[in-house]
Order: sequence, then C-alpha cells, then structure tokens
Amino acid sequence: MTTLQVKNLCKDFRLRSGMKTSILSAVKDVSFELVPGRTIALVGQSGSGKSTVARMIAQLERPTSGEILLDGKPAATRGGGLKRYREEVQMVFQDPFASLNAFHRVGHHLERPIILHKIASGREAVRAKAIELLERVQLTPGEDYIDRRPHELSGGQRQRVAIARALAPSPSVLIADEPVSMLDVSIRLGVLNLLADLQRSENLGVLYITHDLATARHFSDHLMVMYKGEVVEEGTPDDVILHPQAEFTRKLTMAAPEPARNERFLRAAKNYPPRTQGSTAVEDQPRGVA
Amino acid sequence: MTSEIINDSSAIREEGVDDLIRPREPTSSDGRLKRLLTKKFIIGAVVVLAIVLFGVVGPFFSQDPRAINNIGLTPPSSQHLLGTTQIGADILAQLAYSTRGSLIVGVSVAALTLFLSAFFGILGAYIGGVVDDAFSLFTNVMLVIPGLPLVIVIASYIQNKSVFLVIIVLALTGWAAGARVLRSQTLSVRNRDYVLASRVSGEKTWRVIAVEILPNLLPVMSSGFVFSTLGAILAEAGLSFVGIGATGALTWGTMLSDASNGQALLFGAWWWFAPPGILIAILGAGLSLINFSLDEVINPRLRVHKMPKTEKKVTAS
Repeated sequence: MTTLQVKNLCKDFRLRSGMKTSILSAVKDVSFELVPGRTIALVGQSGSGKSTVARMIAQLERPTSGEILLDGKPAATRGGGLKRYREEVQMVFQDPFASLNAFHRVGHHLERPIILHKIASGREAVRAKAIELLERVQLTPGEDYIDRRPHELSGGQRQRVAIARALAPSPSVLIADEPVSMLDVSIRLGVLNLLADLQRSENLGVLYITHDLATARHFSDHLMVMYKGEVVEEGTPDDVILHPQAEFTRKLTMAAPEPARNERFLRAAKNYPPRTQGSTAVEDQPRGVA
Repeated sequence: MTSEIINDSSAIREEGVDDLIRPREPTSSDGRLKRLLTKKFIIGAVVVLAIVLFGVVGPFFSQDPRAINNIGLTPPSSQHLLGTTQIGADILAQLAYSTRGSLIVGVSVAALTLFLSAFFGILGAYIGGVVDDAFSLFTNVMLVIPGLPLVIVIASYIQNKSVFLVIIVLALTGWAAGARVLRSQTLSVRNRDYVLASRVSGEKTWRVIAVEILPNLLPVMSSGFVFSTLGAILAEAGLSFVGIGATGALTWGTMLSDASNGQALLFGAWWWFAPPGILIAILGAGLSLINFSLDEVINPRLRVHKMPKTEKKVTAS
C-alpha cells in the first residue's frame, strides 16, 4: 500500500522578456492525497496548471515549494531513491503520437523500463514480459505488436502501448495527463475503461487529469477543480458538478452542452444557476456533462 | 543550406491533401530511405564513390609521384597518361596521391567537426541552464571569428606543418555553425513527450541523449558531415594554393600551387592544372547533390512530390 501525498505544491516560472523578468505562478498551494484504488480527477481549463502538477509529481519539473511524499517520506530527486520513486509513480502522457519515439519499435519502449527496473532479466524473459504487458492492455496477440513501429499503430493502440509502458515497473500510482484528449471520440471510452479495469486489478492510485467533466465524473472518486493555478473546489464528483460552489465550476458545468438540462439535470440540481449566466465564457469547453 | 525552389504549385497542394488525410503520421525511417534514392542522390553518390575509389586504389597502381625525370614538361602520352610536370613527375600518379590526401583531410576534418559540434550543441541544449549559456556563448564566439584569416594566421605562425595540424586547425575553425544547428534541433527534441517518457521510465541522461535524441538528429548530422567534408577540402586546397598548407603533402591544392609556380598557364600545360581543378569541381558537385537530396528528406518544405506521368502531362499543357 503506497500513498502519494502532495502538500502545498507551488510552481513559479520565471519569464524573461528582454531585460525584464516576471514571475508566473503556474501552481499555487495544491494539496491532496492519493490512496491506492482511488482516482482523483483534476479538472481545469488550458493553462490552469494541471499538467504542471502532473510533471512535478513525475519529477520532470522541480516544485518551487511544497512537498511530495511517498508513504510519508519525501520523494528523492536523484540517484537510487529517484529510481525507487519511479518504480512507484508512473505517468501516461497526453499525446500518444508524440510519446512514442518514431525511431524505435514498440518492443523498445516496453523492454527498457523492464530492464531498468529489473523486472526480468535475459533477452527472452524481457521480451516475454513485454508481450505480457501488451496483452494486459488488450493488444493481443502481443507478438503481433511488439515488433511494429509506432507509426504503424492507430492513436488508441499507441496510447495502450504508452499505458503498458507506464505499467512496466508495476507502479502503485499512475498519473494520466489527459490520456484521451488526443484520441477519437469513438475510442476514448475503450481506453478509459481499460484504465479503470487496470486500476481495479492492480489497485492503482490514479490522478486523472482532464478538461472533460463528463469523464471525470465517470471515472473518479474525488474531483478537484483548478483555476489559474489554484484548487477552487473539491469534493465528490456528483457534489461538485451538481452543486457547484465556486464561480468557475459553475461556468464549467454551464459550458457543457447538455441535452437533458431542462429535465433530469434541473430536477437534480435545485439551485442551478439561470442559463443566461455566461454560458460561453469558458474558452476551453468541456464536452457533455452526463 | 540549399535553396530549392518549388515552382510547381500543384506539388504543394498535393502535400496539403496528404496532410489532411494522415494528420500527424511521422514518416518511417524506411520511407525516408526510399525517398532518399532520387536521381540526384544516385548521381552524386556514384561520382563521389568513383573519386573515393580512385583515391584509395589509384596510388597502388601509379608510378612514383615524386620521381624526377629530365624529360621535363610533356603533354599526355602513352607512357604518362596525363603528361608530366616541369620536373618530369607523372601527373596521373600525383593526382592519385593528391586525391587520397585531400579526401583524408576532408573526412577527418568533417569527423572532428561533427564531434565538436555534437558535443557543444547537443550536450549544452540538453543540460540547459548555465552549461547551455556557456556553451552557446563559446559557440557564438567561434562563429563570429572569421575562419580563413584565423587559419592563415595560425598556419603561417607554425613552421613545418603536418597534415595533422592542418586538420586540427580546420576543424577548430569550422565546427561552430554545425553546433548551432544541432543545438536548436536538440532544444526542440528534448521536450518531446517520448524523451520525457523515457526519463519517467528511469533512463540515465547519457542514454536519453544517445538512444532517444541522437537518432532523431542523424539526418541533420549526416547532412552537416557531407557539408563540412566539402568545406574542408576546399579550405585545404585554398591554404595549399596560397602556400601555407601542410609542408610536403600531396593534395589537390598543392598540385594547383605547383602548377601555378611552374608557369603551367604560360606554357599552356592544361594537363597539369586542369585535372586537380576538375576533380575538386566534380567532387564538390557530387557532395552537393548528395546534400540536396538529404535536405529534401529532412526539410519537408523542400519535398517535391512525384506525380504520375499522365498527370504531369496535363499540368504541362
């Protein structure tokens, strides 16, 4: 049982334009706790800092202040400690077209983490383990996929390979940074269901980052809404979506096209704000809250 | 490096359509190889290979290039296929040895240049921060130092220069431009998701650079290699012609320099100055052709789409 705890995480970026430097606070004071078997959804518009949170947890970016704790101990930032941290915390990237190196075969992407984290040793064993991983993400038979190059796969298949790569060191925490936003609507559900299945079977703690309230509601136990680097609202998904407290969350739920708004939705949410209130104010419109 | 003008607007439209159908599909390395084998590339490769073969094999079958014979300056004959110099040395033999000499200089300088530019360009860009600032400042300084005058100063300062010294000097003055190109390319590659993903997998820095980043820089590096080979051969020829090249070495530059000193033009001894000049020109053309076709593969804006012959006729009429 490994819990990931994030305490008062902040990130400032220094912006240089000529002689002037200004500071952009991308993430302000974000805290949460990720328990195995639970999913936290992080929702917000573009530029709200959700991806920066993901990159800090994946140790691709150093936090300006705040702590990342794994089982109560501060996460190591280098050497063997970092390697052990990476064994527990893995990440799936947003764009499956960019997250696999076009130069290498599918096998390379899976075999490297297997070798690095000493999951298996010996050429045959490593390959067998990679095939097993492919089959775990429903790319069967794995032999058919392992020697292919990324460009020979579809977006959904690539994202499955990326998920398999993240699962290679058998992590206990998975950060999914908008894992389906680059995929066709028709295959989104398949990939999301796969993630949900894996979470159940591997007892993963998942941080699901998205701008899509609908999938966040479906796949998470806890929802956090970020706006301009700050968590403006959190709670159970139904609570947040049906009874939004913060102004931004209200706009977010309003911005979603909602065919059932007049009936079921309004009945469920009695204090629903009137339709006229800024229904087009959010630039990055999430798709369908249902 | 090249300026290939696409005057066929339909080719551009064709590319646009292709982009729509397969929006983000990166091209495979196999596809790249296929696209590389154009007429341009094959002609260039054949020319360069022929000259390389001549430089490698030629010296074994030729006479002594330094043999002095009192027949003096003679036009081509059955005994001396390309005639002799003022002191009776066989020009074909000299040409074979010179080709070897020039190619050695060209390839070694290109290899050293590639190493230096890769070191300062890729490492600086990947590590970033202070290292990048220092490396790119150094690169910029080397870039604005005018190459040839510096080479002349260094070369004229040292007496008894070996070929090795000339190679070092040419490499030290020629790597900066390549480093800038590699730096900018690395900056764009280092933040791609697959590089970040390999870091999350726990790859070591050197492996991320060597296995994930370097293959994506190969096209740029190979084109840079070809370019600096050509540059080094021309620079060495220039140095030798001015008389401050490697002492006692045989290269195309020294041959031209000897011909000039031996009044070859005055005597109308075309067989003396023409062969090295022609070889330089042909090799330059061959390497440039290779480079153009490499560029077309690397730079999608220079890509010319092959169209079916029937369609071509329609656009022509």
